[in-house]
Amino acid sequence: MSDPQANPAPPTKITVRDLTMTYGAFVVMRDLNFEIVEKDIFVIMGPSGCGKSTLLRHLIGLQEPTKGTILYGDEDFTATDPSERTGFIRRFGVMYQTGALWSSLTLAENIALPLEEYSKLTPKAIRDLVSYKLSLVGLSGYEDYYPAQISGGMNKRAGIARAMALDPEILFLDEPGAGLDPLSSRRLDDLILSLRDSLGSTVVIVTHELASIFAIANNSIFLDTATRTQGATGNPVELRDHSENPAVRLFLRRGEDSELATSNLS
Amino acid sequence: MPSKATTPACAIWTQTGGRLLLDLSGDWLSGGSIPEIRGKTPDQAPTRYSTENLGEFDSTLPAFILAHLRSLEKPMGGDAGEQPKPSLEGLPPNLLGLMELALAVPEESDARAKPAKPSEIRKLGKRSLAVWASILSVAEFTGQSMLALGRFFIGRARFRSQDFWVTLQDCGAAALPIVTLINFLIGSILAFVGNVQLASFGASLYVADLVAIAMVREMGVVMTAIIMSGRTGAAFAAHLGSMNANQEIDALRTFGFNPFDFLVLPRLLALVLMMPILTLYANLVGILGGMLVGAAVGIPPLLYWNETLAALSLTTASLGVIKSFFFGAIIATSGCLQGMRSGNSSAAVGQATTRAVVASITAVIVLDSGFAAIFTVLDI
Ligand SMILES: Nc1ncnc2c1ncn2[C@@H]1O[C@H](COP(=O)(O)OP(=O)(O)O)[C@@H](O)[C@H]1O
Ligand SMILES: [Mg+2]
Repeated sequence: MSDPQANPAPPTKITVRDLTMTYGAFVVMRDLNFEIVEKDIFVIMGPSGCGKSTLLRHLIGLQEPTKGTILYGDEDFTATDPSERTGFIRRFGVMYQTGALWSSLTLAENIALPLEEYSKLTPKAIRDLVSYKLSLVGLSGYEDYYPAQISGGMNKRAGIARAMALDPEILFLDEPGAGLDPLSSRRLDDLILSLRDSLGSTVVIVTHELASIFAIANNSIFLDTATRTQGATGNPVELRDHSENPAVRLFLRRGEDSELATSNLS
Repeated sequence: MPSKATTPACAIWTQTGGRLLLDLSGDWLSGGSIPEIRGKTPDQAPTRYSTENLGEFDSTLPAFILAHLRSLEKPMGGDAGEQPKPSLEGLPPNLLGLMELALAVPEESDARAKPAKPSEIRKLGKRSLAVWASILSVAEFTGQSMLALGRFFIGRARFRSQDFWVTLQDCGAAALPIVTLINFLIGSILAFVGNVQLASFGASLYVADLVAIAMVREMGVVMTAIIMSGRTGAAFAAHLGSMNANQEIDALRTFGFNPFDFLVLPRLLALVLMMPILTLYANLVGILGGMLVGAAVGIPPLLYWNETLAALSLTTASLGVIKSFFFGAIIATSGCLQGMRSGNSSAAVGQATTRAVVASITAVIVLDSGFAAIFTVLDI
């Protein structure tokens, strides 16, 4: 931060090597290799059921790889005993596909719980912080609602607010845009960009929203169901225009692949 | 009833040289007749369809065609690579569109692949392994709970104290009405049954001894444990199970909260603390129930009370209470275990709840007979 000119290549945040993920005998994806660098907005994309959520669960240590390693910086996450991963986990903020808010707590209590646990803030400061996080996702005034009293889309947004509670270094979002109205979805894109710019967070997002992928992502991985491994990695706009893998081009063009389109787009 | 008469659905296979024709006629409707199939169903895709006499159709027709085409794909093996697209020549345009959509993505061979039918020995082996695995899982869970308890006593376990108080209230005060009702009735039943026998010896007063000893040693604590299994153990399993299904437990983990400390510990502590109190209360209520019946058959309450006190020693009175600690721990552990290990669907939560109740009632009764044997050997 103090010396902006030096170090043009940002450090690698997450390195995944030869990752194979299975449920019993069922291989979800094999031999995934990719890197996520600091301040990346990294998108995991692919058809539904291809294993995006499963990959996310591996990255945050909720599932153990069948084969392969995951490194955070230089530290081997997979080799660390699950009970000794607190150091890693404290740097994460996670939003689950369903929101996964704690249903017996109000929205405010949901966001306040990690703050009470890990910060030394006064109750008043925590309350202020909670209102701030809720207004970032457009939910100010909903502090005292229970998760069951708000809609699915609102649950997701509250889940994002909770994931941001501790200003995490790395934010993992599982389909944050699915089920949101166009305006909320747009606001979410803006929010993710500003989080990256103001806090320097790295963001890993599972999403299929093409508009949002092209608007915010600078790097991505495409999981291919046909081959059960990665179809491509790289900047999504470049993948759309130049990827050698037809499945990737089709996906990023909503199935409208033609040579004509290729020449027009570039 | 359809206003128009329908013609029966019919499919005719005809083989002419190398070409296979499928002639579809009649009305293919789910409410209509069962389609008649003429000719032997071949093991190849039709090269042409003929639909001149086809009437109305709903999804039954594309389902019939797709089932045939899919049945041809399977023997080729999972990763045989690209299969030639079957010809759909001759199908009317509205059907063609649907068939193309249905065939666009080849069938997921892994998803359909069923393991070969296992032999009996294999099944037996699998079942024994499953039993062993579940024993291990119970042991592991109990160990984890003990560790959490250890962390609690050295002040390093973290949970919301509110969780503890809410659970304490729920398995204490909120359980009183049902505990009262059941134990009062059990006490009076014991008195009734006892009186029938004892009255014939003119020893009605000993009803008080019988009720007191039976309630305090066995019935009070066992009935309370059964009530709490069905009430609180089930609630623990259902609550934790749906938290698990909703990924709330994962969310705890990724915030660095230990789910054992956070969810199991307050429930375990609350129930272990409340069970002895409930048991004492249940004993008292049972004795009162007996006293009421006693009064009805002519034993004055004061006399009944004195006889009760004379029958009970401090040792006898403490037996039930000692057992209640263990029962409380069993009910809480089994409820939380089943909840945390539940699958992630609403059906799985239901199964987890059932398993929790069955397991804890069984364990309570088995443990109680164990205690009875031990107390007999020790002569208490
Ligand atoms: N708990 C599970 N047990 C077995 N298979 C699972 C389980 N969860 C997911 N799967 C399978 O793994 C694949 C990937 O699932 P998931 O990661 O949820 O996909 P998505 O890309 O839509 O997030 C799916 O084919 C699904 O059938
Ligand atoms: Mg998913």
